[in-house]
Formats: sequence, structure tokens, C-alpha cells
Amino acid sequence: MSATSQTQQPASSNPNGVAVRCQKLTRYLGEGEGRVHVLREVTFEATRSTVTAIVGPSGCGKSTLLYLLGLLDRPEGGEIWIGGRNLAQADDELRTAVRNEHIGFVFQFHFLLPEFSALENVMLPMQKLGRLPRAAMQERATKLLDSVGLGAKTHRLATQLSGGEQQRVAIARALANQPSIILADEPTGNLDVKNSALVFDLLTHLAKANGQAIVLVTHNPDIANKCDSVRPMRDGVFV
Amino acid sequence: MQTTLRIALRFLLAKRRAMMMSLAGIAFGVGFIVLTQAITAGFQTFFIQTILGADGAIRLEDKNQLSDVPIEAEALTKDKKGPAVSIKVKSDRRYIEGVSEPRLQIEAIRRIPEVTGISEVLRGNITVQSATREESAQVFGVNLDAHLAVSDLGKQIVLGSAADFRESSAAIMVGLELAERLKVRLGDSVLISAAGGSTRYRVAAIYETGVRDIDRVRIFMQIGEARLLLGRPFGATFLQISLRDPDRAREVAELASALTDHRAASWQDREKVWLSVFFFFRILAAITVFTIVIVSGLGMFNTLAMIVMEKTKEIAILRSMGFTRRDIGTTFMLQGALVLAAGLVLGWVFGALCTLVTESYPIRIRGIFTTDHVVVSWAWSHYIWAGLAASVVVMVASWIPARRAARMEPAEIIRGASQ
Repeated sequence: MSATSQTQQPASSNPNGVAVRCQKLTRYLGEGEGRVHVLREVTFEATRSTVTAIVGPSGCGKSTLLYLLGLLDRPEGGEIWIGGRNLAQADDELRTAVRNEHIGFVFQFHFLLPEFSALENVMLPMQKLGRLPRAAMQERATKLLDSVGLGAKTHRLATQLSGGEQQRVAIARALANQPSIILADEPTGNLDVKNSALVFDLLTHLAKANGQAIVLVTHNPDIANKCDSVRPMRDGVFV
Repeated sequence: MQTTLRIALRFLLAKRRAMMMSLAGIAFGVGFIVLTQAITAGFQTFFIQTILGADGAIRLEDKNQLSDVPIEAEALTKDKKGPAVSIKVKSDRRYIEGVSEPRLQIEAIRRIPEVTGISEVLRGNITVQSATREESAQVFGVNLDAHLAVSDLGKQIVLGSAADFRESSAAIMVGLELAERLKVRLGDSVLISAAGGSTRYRVAAIYETGVRDIDRVRIFMQIGEARLLLGRPFGATFLQISLRDPDRAREVAELASALTDHRAASWQDREKVWLSVFFFFRILAAITVFTIVIVSGLGMFNTLAMIVMEKTKEIAILRSMGFTRRDIGTTFMLQGALVLAAGLVLGWVFGALCTLVTESYPIRIRGIFTTDHVVVSWAWSHYIWAGLAASVVVMVASWIPARRAARMEPAEIIRGASQ
């Protein structure tokens, strides 16, 4: 880990249970003439037990910001603070470990491993973290699947579940390691209205119950309006 | 590791057909390496056993002689244009034919612990005449018991017996091919002429070493009788020496040479040409079969490259949930290792079965040795080398896609998949 990435956050900069905070994030995408300035010194924070929606037109930088907050991508400039550490330029090992322990992702496409059952998919992050014995992992995964209404389908392969069910498994998987941050990139974008409402309610209910910060990118105004706060973006900045 | 192993296994089973093709390629490659090495090594070993059985591990022959050799500048002295020059140099070794004082040399060589037997042999050119034909041949005068200790002559007798040979000084042992040429059978008499005299001998045994050049010229008789026939009451042509470990023949030959001041030739030096031929064929066979392993490696590469391409989303999600680049790389290396392990086991079994079947395959070979079936060698080293060759190829073939998978940036994949 580099010296900058190990910089400890001042106590005063973590007020009110801020789970993730970024400052002056800058990100370009593409090469040469196609290079686009996607994020322009964006500053943002998400606190525990709140649901923040990031909305805006396609290409405004919502998802890019989400990936940066989730340490899946590296910014050209700025800081990303999680757990009192600036991880913007931390080494890959540390960023991966933080993702495993502190961040849960829900994507538009569920991205389940099709060769694994629902239960095994949910257990994967726990197995990677390796804090619980196998029986306890199984118990927790079963409980999570039960809480998303799939208690009877734990042993079904991902391919044997409907789109809504798969997304619910993805939510259970995101919650597996009790992360402090849930990042959801259009989690209902691929679902019908009924399933959209179900998935959103589940996500927010479970995350709030566990005191997790939810940052949600959506195009759906109904979903956005249900969130605690809505942050509109345009051309790489919050407006 | 357990989790990555489980993921590797599931990914692999999702591509059953491609995986089976790779597996079959590795198994065939390993199996054929084992088989070809078993055959080439088998024939080489059999050849070595044949020559050791016929001519022993070491032959001590010809006494060394250090001498000053005058070299005359003949061309210059003839045209008389230049000064007449004659120089003397300390020369290479020269040899006096045969072994002088064989008993003393035998005593000296016996002190070498590695030596198990020494046979004094007197050789001479003769003409042998049967009722129907006359042939040129060589007589080998031996002390039977000493010679049986340094050769497989006892086992090589195909007609008659060593006991008959031992009982009479007029008894001879004739090579199978020479006997066929002379059209003589057991008990027939032949007239052997040498050194201006002729003596009649009785065929007491017919032997076959399998080496054509031996079987068509050598006639064994007792050494005392050979001395009389050849008119050489003293000395020997060579001493044939057997060793506990024939592979140490070179170093023992050097020692024997130093002890006796005679030239000693190990079987490796005597049969250098044939051994080179066998070595060449082993290498050729290994290269040919190794191409199968290379092709199977390419198959493995294709399978894994295909899995990497098809599993980019899964790789991205695994990375997003906390699996490191190393975990991803390991997952794909493990897939290679799993196929390799199965391929090795199947290949070894396949190779062993093929070797077993080939061993009983009838094939008639005469000339450098005699066999009526394929000769194979069972050695762990063939299986180890086949395993190593396949492991290197498959692991390199797995490493490239594994590295590619490990280097994937999850954000790019997810961004691409969501658009």
C-alpha cells in the first residue's frame, strides 16, 4: 500500500456515521480523441442507514462514480475514504480486501455464478472472508435467502430462478458479509414494475435494518423518490 | 483454496466437451510418450544385454607402448630444395597386439572390487570346412568356466550343451548362422585349418547370441587346443571382463588400463555407433510424441481461453465481492491442474496398457540382436518424464489465460455488460 493510501482520516472528517466519502474525484474514460472527462471533481458522502439515489441522464457519470466508490476503478484524481482510510490509490490487494469486507454490490444484471446454487452464490463472499465456520456461513446464507423470500429455493441453480429471484439472490449476496456500504447500479433496471418494487423494498429494508449506507444509481423516478436523498448528476458533476 | 478449487471445478464442468478433448489430448500424449520410451528403451536395453552377454563389459587388449616416432620431412628431402629435416616427437600411444603375460594381468585386474569375472581369450583366423562347404571364421580359445562367468554363452546355447564341450578337447561350439552356412548339425565333424595345419573337430554345441556378426564367424574351443591349432603357446588376444555394474565400465576400463598398461575398451566405447543410433531414435520418438503433448497443450489453452472469454462477467463479480487477482489466476491454473491430473492418470494407465499389449506383439528381428516380439522396458522414469513434459506444457498453456483473467478490470467488464 502506498503512503497516500494509508493516510488516516482525521476524526472530524467522519461525522454522523459516514460510510463512504469521496472528495474531488476526477475520472476520464477512453483513449486519445475519444477520451471523455466523466467525473469533474465530484465530492460525495453516504451515511449509514440512509438510502441515497444518484440520478441523471445516461453518460453523466453515475455508474462511474459508483464503481469508484466501490473501489472497482481508480480515479485520476481525488480521494475515497472508507473506514478511515483513503483508498483512492491503494494497492489492489487492500482495495480487494476492503470490497470483500465493507462493500456489497448489486448490479443491473444479477451476475450470479450460474454453475452455483442460490445458497452457494450467497456463501461465496463469506467463504472469501473466511470469518465464519462453514455451518455458520450456510446458516447465514439460508437466513438471508429466507429474508428475500427464497427460503424454499436455496438449492436451485441460478439458472433455475426467474430474473426477479436472481436479483433477490444478488441482494442476499451483497448483504452476506454485513458490509457497511451497499452500492446498487440500477438494481431494478432489468425487472418489471412488481419485481422492481419488491427488490427495492427488500434492499432498503434489509440494509437499513443493518445500518448500512445504500447508494443507488437509478433512472426510475419512482424508485428515486422513495430514497432518503436524491443527488442529480449532469456532465460529471452533481447539480 | 477450497473455494477457488470449487469454482475451478464448476467452471470446468460447464465446458465438458472442450475439457474432455483437452483431457484426451493430454492422456494420449502422456500414454504415447510412455509407450515410445518403453519400446526404444526396451530395444536399447536388450541390445546392451546382448552385447554384454557376448563380449562382456570390458575388453582388455593390446599392450600400450610409449615410443619416439621419427617423422621424416619426405617431400622436402626428395626435391632437395629445402634442408633435409628429420624430427622426433614423443608420440601417441602405440599398441603391441594382444595381451602379454595374461595371468599377471588377470591377477592385477582381480584386485578391482567391481570386477566379477575375467576370461582369457585367444583369437585367430581360420578356415573351416564341412562336408559340403568351406567358410572363413575365427576361433575363440577360452577356458569355458571362466568364459561362462563373463558372458551369456551358457544361455545362448540352442543345441547341445556346455558339458559336452567341456568333456573333449576336440569339441567346438559353433554360431548358429555359421552352422547353417556349413550345413553342419550337432555331432558333425568339421576340418579347421590354421597356421599351416588342419585338425578335425566335433560340433558339441551350437549357440546363438543374436548378433549376426558373431554368430556367423565365431567358433569356440578350449584355449589349450586353440594354442595348438594357432601355434601360439603364449599370450592372449584379449581379456573379457564382467562387472557388477556394467554402467561403470568406462571408469573401470580406465583403471584396468592404468593397472596393466594395456588398452581397455568399455562396452560403451566399443558400441558407440549403435548406441548413438538408439539414442537418436529415442530422441526422435520423444520429439515426435512430444508434438502430441504440445497439441494437447494448445487444446488446453483453447479451452481455458474460451472459459475466460465466456466467464468475464463471473470474473468481474468475483473480483467485486473480494476475490483477488491471485484468486482468479489460481482458479484458472487449478482448472489446468485438474485436467492435467486427470490426463496424467489416464495417460499413465493408457501408456501402461499399450506397453503391455505391445510387449506381446510378434516381430522378428535378427542382426544386431534376436527377438521374436517387441521388447519393452518398464521404468518409472518414463512415466515421470512423460508427466513432467505434459505438466510443463499444460501449466504454461494454462498460465496465459489465467494471467489474462487475473488482469481483467472488473469495472470495465461491468460497464460493458451494463451498456
